[in-house]
Amino acid sequence: MQFKRSLLSLALAASVAMPISGAIISEAGAATPPNMLIIAGRIDDLISLDPQEMFEFSGTDMANNIYDKLVMLDPADLSKGYGPGLAESWEISEDGKTFTFKMREGIKFHSGNAVTAKDAEFSIRRAVALKKTPSFILTQFGFTPENMNDTIKAVDANTFQITTDKKYAPSFVLNCFTAAIASIVDSELVKSNEVDGDWGNGWLKTNSAGSGAFKLQNWKPNESYSLTAVPGYWRGEVAMKRVIVRHVMESASQRLMLEKGDVDIARHLSPEDIASISTNEDLKVEDTLRGRLMYISFNQKDKALSHPKVAEALKYLVDYKGMTGSFLKGQYTIQQAFLPQTYMGELKDTPYSLNVEKAKALLAEAGYADGFDVEFIVRNATERLEIAQSLQNTFGQAGINAKISTGTGKQILGRYRARDFQIYVGAWGPDYPDPHTNADTFANNPDNRDEAKLTGKLAWRNAYPAKDLTVLTDLAVQESDREKRARMYVEAQKVFQKEAPFSVMFQKIEQNSMRANVTGFNPGGAITSVFYWPVKK
Amino acid sequence: MSIADSTATVARRGYSSPLYKILKGLIAGLFSVTLTMVGLLFVTFIIARVMPVDPVLAVVGERASQEIYEAAYKAMGLDQPLYVQFLLFLKQVAMGDFGMSTLTARPVVEDIARVFPATLELATLATIAGVGIGVPMGVLAAVNEGRWPDQLIRLVGLFGYSMPIFWFGLMGLLIFYGILGWVGGPGRIDIYYEDIVPAVSGMILIDSLLAGEIEIFWNAVSHIILPASILGYYSIAYISRMTRSFMLEQFSQEYITTARVKGVSETSVIWFHALPNVMIPLITVIALSYANLLEGSVLTEIIFSWPGLGNYITNALLSADMNAVLGGTVVVGAIFVGLNLFSDFMYKVVDPRAR
Repeated sequence: MQFKRSLLSLALAASVAMPISGAIISEAGAATPPNMLIIAGRIDDLISLDPQEMFEFSGTDMANNIYDKLVMLDPADLSKGYGPGLAESWEISEDGKTFTFKMREGIKFHSGNAVTAKDAEFSIRRAVALKKTPSFILTQFGFTPENMNDTIKAVDANTFQITTDKKYAPSFVLNCFTAAIASIVDSELVKSNEVDGDWGNGWLKTNSAGSGAFKLQNWKPNESYSLTAVPGYWRGEVAMKRVIVRHVMESASQRLMLEKGDVDIARHLSPEDIASISTNEDLKVEDTLRGRLMYISFNQKDKALSHPKVAEALKYLVDYKGMTGSFLKGQYTIQQAFLPQTYMGELKDTPYSLNVEKAKALLAEAGYADGFDVEFIVRNATERLEIAQSLQNTFGQAGINAKISTGTGKQILGRYRARDFQIYVGAWGPDYPDPHTNADTFANNPDNRDEAKLTGKLAWRNAYPAKDLTVLTDLAVQESDREKRARMYVEAQKVFQKEAPFSVMFQKIEQNSMRANVTGFNPGGAITSVFYWPVKK
Repeated sequence: MSIADSTATVARRGYSSPLYKILKGLIAGLFSVTLTMVGLLFVTFIIARVMPVDPVLAVVGERASQEIYEAAYKAMGLDQPLYVQFLLFLKQVAMGDFGMSTLTARPVVEDIARVFPATLELATLATIAGVGIGVPMGVLAAVNEGRWPDQLIRLVGLFGYSMPIFWFGLMGLLIFYGILGWVGGPGRIDIYYEDIVPAVSGMILIDSLLAGEIEIFWNAVSHIILPASILGYYSIAYISRMTRSFMLEQFSQEYITTARVKGVSETSVIWFHALPNVMIPLITVIALSYANLLEGSVLTEIIFSWPGLGNYITNALLSADMNAVLGGTVVVGAIFVGLNLFSDFMYKVVDPRAR
């Protein structure tokens, strides 16, 4: 009896719920509006919107669309390198140290203020004075808070000038000026939000003051950000009036949203999810080479590892093809030089492949015919651990008995920076769009002593003196002829490939999945960050 | 004079009015709450400090020079002795300030105020489902003890209790969103409705109605229904199980037998005799289940990209955003303590014997 009554009330509840579910069915499954670009991705690395502070992927993606720079890249042809931006032309003094930029006229910030040389002066000085992490990209030219009033200045409303401490390759200087830190901010607006001489940093962390194709509408940390197109953008009309990026942690969720048409682009699908959408005709996957390199390095303080023949042998004990053919499939390509492909001076040669016999012969020549014991240090991250396991296996085939030690970033990085390890399994991404970034890191070590503490340089961390390469890379960074400079980096990489205690193995491929009707989405290649404004659908 | 002294003095003077009793209870309650919260803060603080993550690296990034690293280290007060850091932290918290989040560049208090309504909305709906369905189910099972409705309800409850929520959430999304298209996908609304409704309460169901945006309201309903159902299922499972066992306990009591002998109808026995007595322990069960849901049903929030407290704390933990972790923990602790106090209070209201 009671059960019957309960059934009755259940039916009653269901009849109340029915009209609601009717409404739900009609609501779900609508396609995205034609003039809106909707993206699902991981944006939890977005911690500051201040272009003179940010150094993370999501942040620079956003800054690239909100701010303009003096010199800019063409999203349609990144290989062209830098071209005019807010500066329509520039001249370089005879001694190669003074760069004079002529500013484009008639461009306005989102606030309505005109973009002038004063804004360029404020922005570049701001980058130097704030001393945030990416500031070295500009301060490596000798700018300091003390000398910046003389070295960074607006000559008149349309002329902006910088003077470097010594002669550098113009391509080096200008490439650095395409980085996010060189974004030009609206000086009037930022100054009006200054608190206690903070150059408006507190305000700009969560606001925007640019002249780019989009202005910031809203940012909800770890949730989403939305941008609104600025009408009449000087580089061309923008088709997408709004861009919304939603933080979706799970690859499976991103994939469902893409398949349902609730998002136009999914940026972080796992290889499995990519494979499973490959047969869907409504979707496509675009591969882009990114700057991230995977490498292993051998500490030269270790007796066995410092033997050149041993280092060479180890490079023949990496199963490059096996890894890119299995667990790294589609996500990495083989690259054995310290510059990522698409960088100026790239070297695509891949002289090394797995060859256990050759490695054994080299080890025997070095006096290690029976192999030796060694420790890998690796951070707790799936793909790095998988790489370490593959290496453990192939090293073992030549009698090298490897033990894998894992830890958090802090633990492993701490040992690496303290030169307290044997073999490091790691990754490196370039800091700015110029070959010097990686050349300086991998192949330049002016002082190999422990006390020098050049912890930012991978050559130093591995106690690799890099004597000839230090000279060569120092020369390259001053070479005015762009072509010649590129050749010098090719040369440096060939030497590095042969003698350095590094085995660069792979370069990252980013796979962006999108609806088939999306065109013009360029995530910026190895050099820079995403461009939303040329996108159409 | 400490609180304990003052109550003692009052006691010596011989006040024993009901007002005094309530006051005494309140003071004792406040005292234990404060003690609990300080203890919680201390434990969290220590855990946050010994965790193998580096909050400074989280701020300046791995590429920062030694100089920038050290400046940030100092600015964050990490050069002070641990006990000084803890005392400073306590002082700050006492003034309602949890510091700035390194992840969002905003005050932690502001962050929590922003994310909490999303969790509140989800947890409240889930609890309503849990109580609305779980209690009748539990009663039904108890009344039919040992027969098939009881077996079925227990099976359903067991399933809900033992299934990993991660799998459950993804399956729910796949079936109801991916294949059938009956509900909205991850997030609180479809992305293109983002930023249209002004945030008043922070709860999108309420805000969209306030703004008169019926379309967005239904869109939000279609998004919340799946995560709320999945969360609700867990509390249904828990609440129905507890209701069943409380009811069975009552059925074995003499007053029920007496009522039945006196010829009171079975319906009346169940709903007017047994259930009111079950309500008392049930309140604690419901309050605890609500607190659990509010604490941020972390996995549900992550799978459904639900921007709530659970998601916030998880992210903060992963990014070594220590102020946010501490702030979030204090809020969760306060919710538990608060709901516990509330259920104690309700006890007294519902059951005169407890006064």
